[in-house]
Amino acid sequence: MPVETDALELDDIQHFLISRPPALAARYEFLSFQEPTAGRTWLRGILDKVGTASTVGSDIPDSRWVTVAFTWNGLRALGVDDASLATFPEEFRQGMAARAQILGTTGRNDPQHWVGNLASPDLHAIVVLFARDVAERERCRVEHQGFVSGCAGVKVISSLDLAAIPPFTYAHEHFGYRDRVSSPVIEGTGEQPIPGSGPPVKAGEFFLGYTDETDSQPALPEPEVLSRNGSYLAYLRLEEHVGVFRNFLQQHGETPEQQELVAAKLMGRWRSGAPLVLTPTKDDPALGSDPERSNNFNYGKMDPYGYGCPVGAHIRRMNPRDTGENMQRRRMIRRGGTYGPALPEGKPEDGLERGIAAFVGCASLVRQFEFAMNVWVNDPQFEGLGNERDPFVGTQDGTFDMTIPKRPIRQKIKGLPEFTTVRGGAYFFLPGIKALRYLLTLAVETQSQ
Amino acid sequence: MATQPLPNKPKRGQNKPQIVEKPTTKDWVKPQAIAIPKEGYFQLEKGRYGPVFPQTPACYGFSVVGKVKPGREQAIRDYGKNIEEAVKADPSVLAPLKLHYLRWVLFDVGSGLHFMYQGIFDTDFDKYIEDAIEIFNQSGITTVFTNLEGWPSDWRTNVPAVAKFFREHQFPSFLEYGEYPFVSADEVKKALTLKAAFSSMLDQMQ
Repeated sequence: MPVETDALELDDIQHFLISRPPALAARYEFLSFQEPTAGRTWLRGILDKVGTASTVGSDIPDSRWVTVAFTWNGLRALGVDDASLATFPEEFRQGMAARAQILGTTGRNDPQHWVGNLASPDLHAIVVLFARDVAERERCRVEHQGFVSGCAGVKVISSLDLAAIPPFTYAHEHFGYRDRVSSPVIEGTGEQPIPGSGPPVKAGEFFLGYTDETDSQPALPEPEVLSRNGSYLAYLRLEEHVGVFRNFLQQHGETPEQQELVAAKLMGRWRSGAPLVLTPTKDDPALGSDPERSNNFNYGKMDPYGYGCPVGAHIRRMNPRDTGENMQRRRMIRRGGTYGPALPEGKPEDGLERGIAAFVGCASLVRQFEFAMNVWVNDPQFEGLGNERDPFVGTQDGTFDMTIPKRPIRQKIKGLPEFTTVRGGAYFFLPGIKALRYLLTLAVETQSQ
Repeated sequence: MATQPLPNKPKRGQNKPQIVEKPTTKDWVKPQAIAIPKEGYFQLEKGRYGPVFPQTPACYGFSVVGKVKPGREQAIRDYGKNIEEAVKADPSVLAPLKLHYLRWVLFDVGSGLHFMYQGIFDTDFDKYIEDAIEIFNQSGITTVFTNLEGWPSDWRTNVPAVAKFFREHQFPSFLEYGEYPFVSADEVKKALTLKAAFSSMLDQMQ
């Protein structure tokens, strides 16, 4: 029976959350507008380079891979009036730094330690420049630098260069885990979910103005032309302490095989991407690289006690699959990549910052992203565990554990170290193309303080 | 008896920590009482929709009190039967709420008919509020709330408004007591399962 779906306005939605250009490098630039006209001059100049979901990644060659998004302060700085600004959700109005306690970005992760001025109210916009390779990224950087220098009153307050790390044959992060293994499919895109990844998710879970999983359309921020086809982005710059991670594996595994098993237990997948539920005792790289098989599992029936994938493993926390409630309302789209140089195997920690700079895209930051951070990532009581947080993304300070269920007696690793540190973050609104044009029409006199 | 004597007057600095401070030990053997400040929490900890209410020796819980719309008493009473039938048909229907106990009370002490929903459960309500609302919707519990004054008309889509209603109608306890403090319903069930398995094992040994 055909299911009624909203037709996605792909020519109005920015490509960012729908199609992935074949980029091996990127640059994020964080901007501040000293006055609304300056912001609009910049936006007017770059608007034509912003790619839509209808062309990027399609058969039509389109190299307009630019993405632009704004903080709430940024919308204000562009001249959006107070009445409209008040209709945006509270968490977006407050910004990520103000929500630190909810997100668990405390201690060494606290906004007071963030880099790149990301916690500043002067952060107004981000521009993401995707590039095929580092050389092309450099060309984009120079071109944007030239453009910004011609926009009086627009300041680049920080930037971050990203590049894939070798080997380039598959996406992975600095700890060596395969990335982009599982992502929700948006209803209406025509894409088919890979086996085991659940049914397509209604577009309203990611884009404003569409039916969501409650079969209704939530009220939109005003005016509709500004909010429709937009999404919220939660940005996180997560430093990965590769030396700490490798030392930890060595401490908890005598042989390379044992170390690989510990690494797999923390993640829920072997570093090849092969899931522990399907291959609990030894790695299977062919399975890890086969999307038709690598997601085809559940926890409730196949691994209820976590003998394969521990209940506290990263992938089981971030997507409890059949053991979670209300899962279609908790899905998110992740984008991003690695920054910093790879640390070659066997080389000691060099003190250079490296990590993941990622975005989570959704229609409700409080219901989707903040829930994931507050509950799945940082609730020590998750699934009755008692004293654990996500081993990779959780706020770790050496006082939390990791339980590895095992017959006859479980193994408990006490005092997990801090494998990652949040070095910055922000909430952005990713408007549709019409919304970007609307922002250009705002009158100068609506400038706020 | 292991029960702790209650002091006449709690005074700071005296050795009566359970009364004035949030308990830090979770020893199920030792009964604990805890006096809770008026605002309902000890230290302000921000949750997604407002301050987080603490876990106490009596687990998590809330007491939501709302005024019943005129003429709706029978509708509310009828939903008691509805929930009974729903749980009979599917005993796991309320499982995601991680409940120990629910108590629904209707009362009128001179200011009109009021409904009280008192629940004792094992998860921070704020953390799982969207899941709870979903279960409320599926099981018909929401229908009870629609008979109360102030319930948001857009409750199906407006989670923050529903969260606000619960927060505005929640009356935090100022004393909670647990005979076996901090023990979850799952742990109770595990212990009883183990006891049953052990009894069965002994039978098999005869």
